[in-house]
Amino acid sequence: MQELINKAKELIENKEVDLLIGYQSDGEKGAKPLFVKNPLQAEQLIFNQYCLNNLVTYLMRPDVKACKKVAVVAKGCDIRALVMLLSENQMSREDVYIIGMTCDHVVSPDGTGENEKCATCKVHNPHLADIVLGSPVQEKYPKDKPVKHTQIEKLNAMSQEERWAFWQEEFSRCIRCYACRQACPLCYCERCIVDYNTPQWIDTRSNPRGNFAWNIVRALHLAGRCIDCGECERVCPANIPLMLLNQSLQEEAQEKFEWEAGYDPESEPPLTTFRKEDDEEFIR
Amino acid sequence: MSENWEPKIITFVCNWCTYAGADLAGTSRFKYAPNIRIIKTPCSGRIDPMFIVSAFEKGADAVLISGCHPGDCHYNEGNYNARRKFTMMKKLLETIGVDTQRVIFAWCSASEGIKFSRLVNDVTESIKKIGPYTEYHKLNQKER
Repeated sequence: MQELINKAKELIENKEVDLLIGYQSDGEKGAKPLFVKNPLQAEQLIFNQYCLNNLVTYLMRPDVKACKKVAVVAKGCDIRALVMLLSENQMSREDVYIIGMTCDHVVSPDGTGENEKCATCKVHNPHLADIVLGSPVQEKYPKDKPVKHTQIEKLNAMSQEERWAFWQEEFSRCIRCYACRQACPLCYCERCIVDYNTPQWIDTRSNPRGNFAWNIVRALHLAGRCIDCGECERVCPANIPLMLLNQSLQEEAQEKFEWEAGYDPESEPPLTTFRKEDDEEFIR
Repeated sequence: MSENWEPKIITFVCNWCTYAGADLAGTSRFKYAPNIRIIKTPCSGRIDPMFIVSAFEKGADAVLISGCHPGDCHYNEGNYNARRKFTMMKKLLETIGVDTQRVIFAWCSASEGIKFSRLVNDVTESIKKIGPYTEYHKLNQKER
């Protein structure tokens, strides 16, 4: 990845950016984030199929926001998160230098085999970037075909009681560490609803009531915004299949509002707009 | 289920239409079931999905949500935005396995006192049939 290192050095040396966020080796075969502030550090940059982290998450951190201009190494799927941040006016395009990496696939979180999200990826080649590195990759999934998630079909086939029992089991393991929130590139509220205590909407203890409320709210706040990066599920220490909730809402947004998040920075997210002829079959 | 059990239905209504509709039902002497607890909001767009979760946590058997008909919003587009939010909310509750028969959405204008009283009676009747929402209320008992 010499071209990545060279580009990083150039950006830092020419003071085009104050900070560059990329990947470094974690000592084994995996990767972890690297924050580059001087050209020497840039030598450690790597990019391979173990680069799972969505580094766009860091762009919303206060200390990173304080930098004038930041460069970020991003795969197509990560850039979708950046596109959402742009369309939600969380940053302006000039504030970030996107080093887009072409990517055939990344590994699944356990390091074996191809990541599930890559099968339906439409952006193996970055769709918004200042520079694209790596050789072009053949896109496999048709651009205009709605994404159907295979895991969710199992859930859809269950009865309402079975689904309730399923989630009771899954949420019972939640320890309320909020890693899902921290890893999510789109959970950027300065103060999260779960941290408010006047009024306290969500029980902060790790009990069934609080766990249900928290996971419902987390998923809902991502309704029509989630870009399917899977970071929440990857970082969950209790292995709760959080993406099932997000994907269910993604499919609903696709079906009802013809919306897929993270492709066009000019388009309006579905819950900030409406159409007069929206479906209201469920309203009496 | 005890014989004397009566459903508790938390009702979130918009100030400009349904609240006035409920008022009209009252002044017109239309009788409706006393099982609803009305909470007035400035607009159906103000109704946060968190309200629904919170109502169930605190022992509601059903939640009824009602606002202005499309096109009638006092703030022009609050109910259109609410409609999209409710679409997502309903889908999420289905995915999680919450009994969606217990979350009822309606449009009811200020002149529809009769619709309001019928709506409340219908909803109360159907919730009486399916009984108290013990599945959700049980979540409160299981502390770790």
